[in-house]
Amino acid sequence: MRYVEEFRSQDLALKLARTIKRECDPDRQYNLMEFCGGHTHAIFRFGVQDLLPENLRFVHGPGCPVCVLPIGRIDNAIHLATEHGVILCTYGDMMRVPASGRKSLLKVKAEGGDVRMVYSTLDALKIARENPHREVVFFAIGFETTTPPTAVAIKQAQAEGLKNFSVFCNHVLTPAAIQNILESPEVREMGPVTIDGFFGPSHVSSIIGSRPYEFFSEEFQKPVVIAGFEPLDVMQSALMLIRQINEGRHEVENEYTRVVSREGNLKAQALVAEVMELRRSFEWRGLGLVPYSALQINSAYETFDAEKRFEIPAIQASDVKGCECPRILRGVKKPTDCQLFGTVCTPENPMGSCMVSSEGACAAYWSYGRFRH
Amino acid sequence: MAQLIRELFVRHFDNDLLRQANDQAAFDVSAGRMVVSTDSHVISPLFFPGGDIGSLSVHGTINDVAMSGARPLYLTAGFILEEGFPLADLEKIVRSMAGAATDAGVPVVSGDTKVVERGKGDGVFITTTGIGMVPGGVNISGDRARPGDAILVNGTIGDHGIAVMSSRENLEFETAIQSDSAALHGLVADMVEAVSTIHCLRDPTRGGLATTLNELAQQSGVGMRLREDAIPVDPSVIAACELLGLDPLYVANEGKLICICAHEDAQRLIEVMREHPLGRRAAIIGEVVADEQGFVQMETGFGGSRMVDWLAGEQLPRIC
Repeated sequence: MRYVEEFRSQDLALKLARTIKRECDPDRQYNLMEFCGGHTHAIFRFGVQDLLPENLRFVHGPGCPVCVLPIGRIDNAIHLATEHGVILCTYGDMMRVPASGRKSLLKVKAEGGDVRMVYSTLDALKIARENPHREVVFFAIGFETTTPPTAVAIKQAQAEGLKNFSVFCNHVLTPAAIQNILESPEVREMGPVTIDGFFGPSHVSSIIGSRPYEFFSEEFQKPVVIAGFEPLDVMQSALMLIRQINEGRHEVENEYTRVVSREGNLKAQALVAEVMELRRSFEWRGLGLVPYSALQINSAYETFDAEKRFEIPAIQASDVKGCECPRILRGVKKPTDCQLFGTVCTPENPMGSCMVSSEGACAAYWSYGRFRH
Repeated sequence: MAQLIRELFVRHFDNDLLRQANDQAAFDVSAGRMVVSTDSHVISPLFFPGGDIGSLSVHGTINDVAMSGARPLYLTAGFILEEGFPLADLEKIVRSMAGAATDAGVPVVSGDTKVVERGKGDGVFITTTGIGMVPGGVNISGDRARPGDAILVNGTIGDHGIAVMSSRENLEFETAIQSDSAALHGLVADMVEAVSTIHCLRDPTRGGLATTLNELAQQSGVGMRLREDAIPVDPSVIAACELLGLDPLYVANEGKLICICAHEDAQRLIEVMREHPLGRRAAIIGEVVADEQGFVQMETGFGGSRMVDWLAGEQLPRIC
């Protein structure tokens, strides 16, 4: 497949691996966090770690949109389908995520709830048009990448005067979460975080640009390299991070120049700004409450806000005891350090956020890497 | 119902045994080892590029019988129809099924039809049962893989699953990919004739190549090491999987088989397979290794390694 295979070339990978090995200082450790689940997935799927020196460690961050959604919000969505009888539309990987009482949207569907998997917000709109006598709720999740399509759907619904469509908005923001990883009360209790540099998100940055990370890298004196999702992107970005670390620099660099600009997609940003506003605080599974880390539908479009249209209680479901996700997400521990890993917590029966989808650190360790342990 | 049976089923499936018009088909068999297999077919949509539920229900069961090395002899078919299911569609399905059975030389000799109330079924469900005879000296079983054995596949993987997905109502995308649905017993007969000591055969249907290899590894108590570069995948299947966030290793096939044989027999088998129309792109994709934990590992095309795990639940598209 053109424009993809080029970024998976073994020859280039081996050349890059030699350069990385040459430039890595053997007397120090390089702990590099990839924030995005997309990177985690690529690292494991292609076996990138095998090509890199042992003193370079990937720390797998919280950037998997389904993993970080708190159980309470999934309970809310289930409630909408079962108690309010709405047609609940959502993306595929949300279907299996466990909620309270071992429920999930897949199970609710099996029990007769009208839950539909869609590939686009426009599919949800179509369902609303085809079912004028039913309430249709789009269960919106994801980072900045999936937010503009939600905003488009809301604007479209308004233009068409679709009265039976609303959005249960759970869109979250990347920069706030990255900052929280390095600076939160929990982190101070955990001891020093030893992350030396960050791989910046690819798709998210195509929307928000590379500029939002500049404050972060300056404030925390950590290098950030915006990296594409292909394995060669990851390796090239690792080299760029190593060079910054070796030279004592902490800048935002952009490896993914074929897609990401400094300003990002201004049209998409304007669209989101028109329809949504910041939430004062939002709960992240594994990170807890993170201030200004999520979006909600603003008052101009509140008729499309499912949280206004239906009674949606705030549910605080606590994470499982013994689960090390908060520490794993911050690089303080590895999945294999957790007592639940692979015993009671597996991809078929996930206890913590990192085991929920293949992009989560624990699930990737388990499904792609457990032969190493 | 009698009219439906006479004018539709008997007419299309027509053969001597069916014409006996008994509740069972009676026939003579030679002495030897016999296999029987049954499979229920439910699929949405019922018609997809390269096949339909009718041909699929014939191919699926013939293949399950053939994976023992057996020559399939007869099929039976059970239909569950939802009230109101269009007769024209049913006829299309039965015609396709009869065509597949005739092409395969395996007649449908007995059957049954039930109708359930509207809403209690999904159009049509078809259960087929097949019987076959295993040639003398052939002993093929999922528990016979041994360290050092070679792992072969008869062609590109993932075609069926992607063809079906491309025609689902909420996911129509344009593709030239056709389902690989096919009866594999002819290919298997050639393979068994060339190398009667094949260790394992299995068709990687639901759950794809990855799931079937894990099953075989567990059944035989061995590990496996695959080479990603050696696994044949059509470029358009790769492209569709990239778009949908799926892994072709887990996408269903209906005309593929995995063969595990002694290392020294592999080359001979590959030659025989490539001479058959259903094995043109046959390839050796890896080897069996000693591993108590039964892990299937893969050397990636990128130069790293990873595990190829069981599929947990269904493969769902990723949003990111």
